[in-house]
Amino acid sequence: MIKEITIFPGIDKNGFKEKFTYIKLKAGETVSIVGPTGSGKTAFITDIELLAQGDTSTKRRVIINGEIPTDEIRYNPSMKPIVMITQNTKCFADLTTEEFLQIHARARKIYDQKVIQATIDLANTFTGEKIKRDTRVTVLSGGQTRSLLIADAILIGAAPVILLDEIENAGIFKQEVVSLIHNTGKIVIFVTHDPVIALLTKTRIIMENGAVKNILYQNEPEIKVAQNLLELDKKIGHVREELRAGKAITYDFLSVNFA
Amino acid sequence: MKLVVIAGPPSAGKTSLIKQIVKRFKDEITIAFLKIDVVKAFEDIELKKEFGILTKKVYSGDLCPDHAGVMVLGDAVAWAEKSAADLLIVESAGLCLRCSPYLNQGLGIIVLSSISGIHVPEKMGAMVSLADVAVITKIDLVSQAEREVLIQKIKEVHTGIILMETNALQGNSLHRLYKLIKNSPDIDKDNLFLKGNPPLGTCTICVGKKEVGWKHHFGVVQKLDGPFAEYLYRGE
Ligand SMILES: Nc1ncnc2c1ncn2[C@@H]1O[C@H](COP(=O)(O)OP(=O)(O)OP(=O)(O)O)[C@@H](O)[C@H]1O
Ligand SMILES: Nc1nc2c(ncn2[C@@H]2O[C@H](COP(=O)(O)OP(=O)(O)O)[C@@H](O)[C@H]2O)c(=O)[nH]1
Ligand SMILES: [Mg+2]
Ligand SMILES: [Mg+2]
Ligand SMILES: [Zn+2]
Ligand SMILES: [Zn+2]
Repeated sequence: MIKEITIFPGIDKNGFKEKFTYIKLKAGETVSIVGPTGSGKTAFITDIELLAQGDTSTKRRVIINGEIPTDEIRYNPSMKPIVMITQNTKCFADLTTEEFLQIHARARKIYDQKVIQATIDLANTFTGEKIKRDTRVTVLSGGQTRSLLIADAILIGAAPVILLDEIENAGIFKQEVVSLIHNTGKIVIFVTHDPVIALLTKTRIIMENGAVKNILYQNEPEIKVAQNLLELDKKIGHVREELRAGKAITYDFLSVNFA
Repeated sequence: MKLVVIAGPPSAGKTSLIKQIVKRFKDEITIAFLKIDVVKAFEDIELKKEFGILTKKVYSGDLCPDHAGVMVLGDAVAWAEKSAADLLIVESAGLCLRCSPYLNQGLGIIVLSSISGIHVPEKMGAMVSLADVAVITKIDLVSQAEREVLIQKIKEVHTGIILMETNALQGNSLHRLYKLIKNSPDIDKDNLFLKGNPPLGTCTICVGKKEVGWKHHFGVVQKLDGPFAEYLYRGE
């Protein structure tokens, strides 16, 4: 079981050493990674996913529960305590959704066939257009693919560390995703440009030029502002769903207080 | 001298992987590189320019590139040894799915791209099944779940193979491969054999007869739907 992961500094894009001594993340902790485009956010979580040992371009090292992970943990998916939702929204495998999930379940050594339908059902709560068992994964839309992969990460990956790369961009119901994986005792790391997600996490890691520039902890005013933004976000979401459903917006929505 | 033979379909990332290997070892040992291709290849020029290592190439022309490899590898080993190389890396054309370029000695590596499709490992026959190591490239382009699905598929088809994944442009997590290369024993050049079986002789197609239809040919021929076995040798 993962109690903590520790990240040791690497180098920035110019080859200078990062300024932190180490970053320790404990079970139950939520973290967001923020910073400009190209600043190394994806590279940071990829290091965690690969359990880097100085063998990635950032030269960072990642250890689990104070120990260097064994080759078995690094290279065997069924032992891997980490799931990652990448920025990619495309599947290339020529398989149906059902076959894809079945093989992945075998890779993760899950043999209860009920997990397949459960994963598809969960995915369908995140997305508008429903995914069917026999839909080929290559024809799923970007949002559908993301939804399926998030559901797969939660139910089939079922790992104690979840890494999510910019889930807000896929046009899925991010609030549902966020509330679902909050408070699960997992280490959850969001790479995000979304202020609501960023403010909801306890720890914020700020990236620049390929390196960790600063680490901030959620403060009192931020919790309040997050609540405000959350309300606002729900209202925007409501209008968005009406628009998506092809409806005209009426005066009723004026009661929405955007202030 | 150590020998590493690298195979895989075009654009799988063979050259990119070789660049990572060269980058890792070039300051410690002398590296020689041989590229075998059918008509055109630039890898030798590229690698020489970028790393200043010894390079050579050979075009197989009308011959199966893996057959060409068997023919020239003896010379290549002699050339590399004469040049005092500690490691000879051979990049195959990766076009012949019937044959495989691996030898009984050294390390045989198959390079496969994550985006080449889920059924490729099954279709590639000896090129995969006779390799010691499979390196999956382009993992930066697919989801983690899809990577794991591909790995599972390869494991189920080829149980003994050592699998690893990388972004070959960055050389992520290749420590394990470097360790395997470092630990692979020196080759004995008088005892090099092809690992796989060569094709059954040649046929009239092989020697350039162009008529279509099995009646015009002898050697290794096969009817599209016929009472024959899956493989057929017609001697006259
Ligand atoms: N420390 C580093 N040293 C060298 N290269 C790095 C480093 N960190 C990141 N890079 C490289 O910089 C490029 C951009 O990084 P990355 O994709 O992580 O950015 P990002 O913050 O996720 O951007 P976006 O918001 O657009 O997704 C990548 O090619 C990555 O490999
Ligand atoms: N994104 C990405 N591109 C790669 C990777 N490996 C190779 N490539 C690209 O794929 C193309 C073919 O690679 P190359 O090494 O020449 O393949 P070869 O034909 O097998 O030698 C090149 O454009 C490479 O830059 C990888 O891991 N990730
Ligand atoms: Mg990114
Ligand atoms: Mg090449
Ligand atoms: Zn051949
Ligand atoms: Zn022939």
